Amino acid sequence: MQAYILRRVAQGILAIFVISTITFALARVSGDPLNVLLPEEASEEQIELIKAEWGLDKPLHMQYFQYLGKLFRGDLGEAMAWPNSTATELIIERLPNTIKLSALALVVSGVIAFPVGVLVAIKKDTPFDYGGKLFAILGQSAPTFAVGLILMWIFAVQLNFFPTSGSGGVEYMILPAVALGYYNVAALMRLTRSSMLEVLDTEYVKLARIKGVAEWKVIWKHCFRNALIVPLTYFGLIGAVLITGSVVIETVFAWPGLGALVIDAILFRDYVVVQAVVLLFAAAFVIINIMVDVLYAYIDPRIRYT
Amino acid sequence: MTAVQTATDTILEVNDLKTYIFTRAATVKAVDGISFNLRKGETLGIVGESGCGKTMTALSLLRLVPKPAGRIVEGEIVLNGEDILQKSEDEMRDVRGRQISMILQDPQTSLNPVFTIGNQLREALGIAHRENKSSMLSRAVDALRKVNVAAPERRLDDYPHQMSGGMKQRVVGAIAMSCEPGVIIADEPTTALDVTIQLQYLRLLKEIQAETGLAIIFITHDFGVVARMCDRVAVMYAGRIIEQGDVRDIFSRPAHPYTQALINSVPKLEQSVDRLYSIDGQPPLLSNLPEGCRFAPRCPYVSDQCYEAYPQSYTLNEGHYADCWALDADWQGTPIEEFVPPTGTAG
Repeated sequence: MQAYILRRVAQGILAIFVISTITFALARVSGDPLNVLLPEEASEEQIELIKAEWGLDKPLHMQYFQYLGKLFRGDLGEAMAWPNSTATELIIERLPNTIKLSALALVVSGVIAFPVGVLVAIKKDTPFDYGGKLFAILGQSAPTFAVGLILMWIFAVQLNFFPTSGSGGVEYMILPAVALGYYNVAALMRLTRSSMLEVLDTEYVKLARIKGVAEWKVIWKHCFRNALIVPLTYFGLIGAVLITGSVVIETVFAWPGLGALVIDAILFRDYVVVQAVVLLFAAAFVIINIMVDVLYAYIDPRIRYT
Repeated sequence: MTAVQTATDTILEVNDLKTYIFTRAATVKAVDGISFNLRKGETLGIVGESGCGKTMTALSLLRLVPKPAGRIVEGEIVLNGEDILQKSEDEMRDVRGRQISMILQDPQTSLNPVFTIGNQLREALGIAHRENKSSMLSRAVDALRKVNVAAPERRLDDYPHQMSGGMKQRVVGAIAMSCEPGVIIADEPTTALDVTIQLQYLRLLKEIQAETGLAIIFITHDFGVVARMCDRVAVMYAGRIIEQGDVRDIFSRPAHPYTQALINSVPKLEQSVDRLYSIDGQPPLLSNLPEGCRFAPRCPYVSDQCYEAYPQSYTLNEGHYADCWALDADWQGTPIEEFVPPTGTAG
């Protein structure tokens, strides 16, 4: 088990390294950062000065090594478009908001999707199942901003249960989290349902019933854990996607998360911040994937031993 | 044997059981009116081709017919004096495992991959016994020892994928027998095992039966296994039992042309033949059964009468019955030839 985790972590580090190289390269080919740093009418001298200051006068491979060196020291660089702040500062300012919102959205989708997915599988081809299907299709096909706006209109404007937008306590997070979560509930629930149906049909479930195990125990002990593998992969992906910030929902609810930061950084061609944030996203994907892999191994012993 | 003795001796009695599967396109008559009984400590073989309703019969006896498509539509299953078809789902849980249990065909898939052997065994044991952890543990060790698993203490922490097929099937056996049921259904328990392991497993079942007085319903398509294991045989064809009787009777004097053909199709080691004997044609679809005898289209002795109505049951010997018009005293068609038992009995 420990060897398995170590192997996964080593692979993760390698992946992050490769991604950092790719983002470095992409940031250079996507436009000249000088345009951001200097006004259009800047003189030759000024350009040279700025180039020297940012290390842009050095050959590309030197810039790359410099970038890697800083990265090792945990320095993501000075932001170009935000005066007097580093990329790290910008991220640290936004990250907690995004994590809070995505964690809540993840909880919302998990808490609804897993039990409902199991129930509609047991009640296959009954009105209950059709209802679940409808609920799922709605969530999957309605754009999140529409769901967000509808929720906002009903629960904030009409019923006054929650504030319409902004940031603050939990009350500000609930509507955007539900809007974000609902989209994922749908897919997650369908995955749970199909994978439950598969497991319900297996011989070991038959044997559990033959030996006289109570039906609820057959479902929640014997089936659920086996049925969890597929939706769990998707659950991890959702987690990673949520952490990268939902630009749309953050905009609708004026939520100061990472999504908004990335958009600004791209608009301003602040390649330092873009690089930093993309690297963070990559790291988030890698870390969450490792977590999911470790969970797999916990759930399914066959993975642990290979 | 007097009538009173027979009554108290009988552990399971099935009367006119019908289990149908209702699909959108058709009604599949998987089990279509079968009757048999089982005495304590006896082994009854149910033999037949694939898809003739053997497994559905087994699942019906446990009331585990796949829902919602499958349903037991008629009949009685009297187990230990009570008709289990009258029981509620809650009451059935006390029946399953404790009074009747089953060993499934494929050991590779019948154990839950994510729980240890010990966990699954203790769960089964826990249904009949609620005791503290250490005594449950020793029960689990005993259960494994009974099915000849070496070093059972160490095996309890193993996961199914760490065991061989034969070992897993022993564990499945231990689980099935953990609550000491009076009847156990073995649904082709050795088809997925190596030939050498098959023999061991059959021997083990026999030993356990001798010790505990368990009644076994042995489902198979292999007449060799029947000869080795069973006291009585019921031959199934297209959802019905077409012949049943004492195993010696069936082997030496099979009455139904289908049974004869089945016995003839068992390859013999002593004879060298160019082609193995096989029965022409296919069994009828269970969703589209003919009016008369279901074997008629494949039967060498068939006459018009066979297509008109399903044959009566004729008694050939005490406890030996067969459903075939050719056994009638007024039979006008070709008489069934005297059956010549194959030299060197199978198995």
